[in-house]
Amino acid sequence: MANAPDKPVGRRRFLSKAAAGTAGLVAAPRIGSARPELLANEQDQGHQNVPSDVALRVKALESILVEKGMVDPATIDAVIETYESKIGPRNGARVVARAWLDPAYRKRLLADGTAAIAELGYGGSQGEHMVVVENTPTVHNLVVCTLCSCYPWPVLGLPPTWYKSAPYRSRVVIDPRGVLREFGVTLADDVQVRVWDSTAEIRYLVLPERPPGTEGLTEDALAALVTRNAMVGVAKVTGRGGAAA
Amino acid sequence: MNGIHDMGGMQDMGPIEVREDERPFHAEWEARAWGLIRATGPFGPTRRRNFRYEHEILPPAQYLQMQYYERFIKLLVERLIAAKLLTQAELDSGRADSASPRLTPRVTPANIAEQLTRRRSLRREDVKIRPQFKVGQRVRARNINPVGHTRLPRYMRGHRGTIVADHGIFDFQDTDAEGYALPERPQHVYTVGFTARELWGDAANARDTVHAELWEDHLERA
Repeated sequence: MANAPDKPVGRRRFLSKAAAGTAGLVAAPRIGSARPELLANEQDQGHQNVPSDVALRVKALESILVEKGMVDPATIDAVIETYESKIGPRNGARVVARAWLDPAYRKRLLADGTAAIAELGYGGSQGEHMVVVENTPTVHNLVVCTLCSCYPWPVLGLPPTWYKSAPYRSRVVIDPRGVLREFGVTLADDVQVRVWDSTAEIRYLVLPERPPGTEGLTEDALAALVTRNAMVGVAKVTGRGGAAA
Repeated sequence: MNGIHDMGGMQDMGPIEVREDERPFHAEWEARAWGLIRATGPFGPTRRRNFRYEHEILPPAQYLQMQYYERFIKLLVERLIAAKLLTQAELDSGRADSASPRLTPRVTPANIAEQLTRRRSLRREDVKIRPQFKVGQRVRARNINPVGHTRLPRYMRGHRGTIVADHGIFDFQDTDAEGYALPERPQHVYTVGFTARELWGDAANARDTVHAELWEDHLERA
């Protein structure tokens, strides 16, 4: 039942394997992955107390719902494709870079986040009411949803695991400076920390400080420096930057 | 409900594990699970319990242990079973019952993109209600302990803060004791700022603040 790890499995085959019957899969929780880099992560999951059969249950459910005609697998593919390539932190990075370059845009962004973000074509589910908060040398903002995992999808995509985790959600409101140190950010005592707990329909984006030494960079080059974590407020943008941090 | 989900201020949850990349899914099943959740169109009765309440009433140990997408899938399955669109026997066999009716997907490749990006403002532009509080005013988060779903975190209750912004009128999202929506109750939603010292005592940095959006029903004059 197991896939050879070196043999990529397309999303359609992921499904067709499930349709072949999941009952017999229970003893062999080796899951095929469409991409080799996900395979390593699937193995990581074992360290996170994720039951090894969750992938099988998802497969079984998909296969049953497709058989019943409730779900079109092409729609699932389209959802995944959307979140992997269209809705993600590169959108927010574009907003930040524009604000750094264009003072009039920055002003509009801070005054009406939803409208200014829509100017760049981003909006929709979980971004209907956006507020942008600006980091300065004296103010550091950071965003959480203590009750759930609310997050500004149109500009940052789906939330990272740490944002949804109990350690972050519980501790960031009572010890934001300690949490920031865990992320490698040490703030001076005279910098004000403002935590924003997203309890209603408002979603927050942090406008990080533009790092020194980036004068003359294009919007694309600036956007490449802006990380997701910086736009949640748990990191600063450095001249090194990079989407991977 | 004073449940495990309302965890703001707890200190014993361990270190924060940070993954070093920005990809949305870290396993194929996570991607399929999320796709499945978004691709399964509306079904079942229209009057149903608040989705977040359904997460909140999971047994605490399970809530903490379950992975995010796993929790969503579990609740999707429970809803499908409750709506009689899925049976445990089907889940066990991995095959649809051949006697079950063949449906037509409500969400399709043609309309999914629009569904994912459509702006659905939840603000009630159609009603005019005079706000009870104004920006700059001192307020107190009410000391309430409802057993249904509430958006007033425990760590704010009884504490005094300041109205920072008025976001206009939204339907109240707190539910009744069983997790069902209350009769329509549109009201102003405010950003309220609390000093860290008000919430956590004198050991907190005197400059730091914590903000949240609270509905008028969560607040009283201070």
